[in-house]
Amino acid sequence: MTINEIQDQIIEEFSQFDDWMDKYALLIDLGNTLQPLDDKYKIPQNIIAGCQSRVWLNANLVEGKVIYEGESDAVLVKGIVSMLIQVLSGHTPEEILDTDLYFIEKIGLREHLSPTRSNGLLAMVKQMKLYALAFKSSKT
Amino acid sequence: MTEQEIQNIRADFPILEEKIYGKPLIYFDNAATTQKPQVVLDRINFGYKHLNANIHRGVHYLSQKATEAHEEARRYVARYINSASSDEVIFTRGTTEAINLVAFSFGEYCCQAGDEIIISVMEHHSNIVPWQMLCERKRMKLRIIPMNEKGELRIDEYEKLINEHTRLVAVTQVSNVLGTVNPVKEMINIAHRKNIPVLIDGAQAVPHTHIDVQELDAEFYVFSGHKIYAPTGIGVLYGKREWLERIPPYQGGGEMIQTVRFEKTTYNELPFKFEAGTPDYIGSTALAEALKYVENIGIDNIAAYETELTRYATAELMKIEGMRIFGTSEHKSAVISFLVGDIHPYDIGMLLDKLGKAVRTGHHCAQPLIDQLGIPGTVRASFSFYNTREEVDIFIAALKRVVGMLG
Repeated sequence: MTINEIQDQIIEEFSQFDDWMDKYALLIDLGNTLQPLDDKYKIPQNIIAGCQSRVWLNANLVEGKVIYEGESDAVLVKGIVSMLIQVLSGHTPEEILDTDLYFIEKIGLREHLSPTRSNGLLAMVKQMKLYALAFKSSKT
Repeated sequence: MTEQEIQNIRADFPILEEKIYGKPLIYFDNAATTQKPQVVLDRINFGYKHLNANIHRGVHYLSQKATEAHEEARRYVARYINSASSDEVIFTRGTTEAINLVAFSFGEYCCQAGDEIIISVMEHHSNIVPWQMLCERKRMKLRIIPMNEKGELRIDEYEKLINEHTRLVAVTQVSNVLGTVNPVKEMINIAHRKNIPVLIDGAQAVPHTHIDVQELDAEFYVFSGHKIYAPTGIGVLYGKREWLERIPPYQGGGEMIQTVRFEKTTYNELPFKFEAGTPDYIGSTALAEALKYVENIGIDNIAAYETELTRYATAELMKIEGMRIFGTSEHKSAVISFLVGDIHPYDIGMLLDKLGKAVRTGHHCAQPLIDQLGIPGTVRASFSFYNTREEVDIFIAALKRVVGMLG
């Protein structure tokens, strides 16, 4: 699936809920099912410092595709991390760099990315793109 | 206070009618800032509508009226905290600016390399960083009073920290995280026995308890208006006259001068020496209005009601499985910091928000304290006299629902 197809799939999944708490329940489920990051990657270099919750992010280039792994100590944040990985992981650096991440706004979770929430997610999206950029540059 | 009295009080605060995501607001973030009663809002409006002109040295009618209002506000604050003279009341932007003022001016006048400042482990960043900056500037040392497992300061350790290098003790009267009411009177006496001056951070104390600066006898006492139902941007530094006269001005500019020559400038008398620039004369009058409002209800009535509400909320919270309350001193203010099991405070706060419940989560600008507790932060519910038992019940039900989702 393309990145946008995955985004649309997530939007559809969230669209079945009107109530905020149901959307959050789904986010919690996503957070709880995120594969835990190996402790060896939970190092200061991989931490994306947020004010309230911590996010770790690791990335590798495997056969031309970027594979992301991540985790957070807050489950709601983990839910978003899980979605970001689902959307971006397994695609080429070029595809990732060209992506407009519209699904977060569409599912109504944009506030999670606002700088005032300071939960490290904005920095995480930036870091994911930076990884892609670094992999792209290293190839050429 | 009766239920009817509380309902009348609630009607004074327009914001309490707000709906958040379609649900009635329950505002339990009073330790961060309090809501404003209509009389305070009216006073701000009145000031700009009828009394707005730059104060001091204006010859025209409006300027004189505005000056009188500002100085009357100063006298009101002085009476409220029982300061010996209104000259000892300096208007600042808030607690933070007041502490920075003392850290700079006192630091310039009294401190040199090798000296020490004593603070406590439960200080707000506002009462840590200005002293750290002073210590860096002057190559001094910060000494930290530890606490026990209930979140009470270790007075025995405090006494041991005092030595011939100690220049000042700066401690909070009430912890903004733990709610602990520190025995500041005793701590001031201990410092005074060694002739060491004391600064008390009253930001969390003034809204909840009677303050008498002469009885307390601290050299400096600071607090913020916005935590006691006044607007943001106005606060108070009380200082004993002898100290305020001794230490140099903090900022230079208009208002704080007597004569300005390029060769030499002489400074104004107290309190103007410390009020450079156009003062917040609208804020000062609104602060006095807020204090009047509190005085009309009676700070002792407020304290009794809030203590009872906090006790009730604590007992109800404790019924939730996995509840961990941080700060279990018998001497507590209207603040409850907690975690449930290992659930991250951010998750609880986010979901409570979606249910219209405003609490604060995180480190509450007291990172060293949170680090010492070895937790990522807390969820903090803090109360005011406009909060009710019914709100506590609704909050507890919401919290149970949230914990059920996250647990």
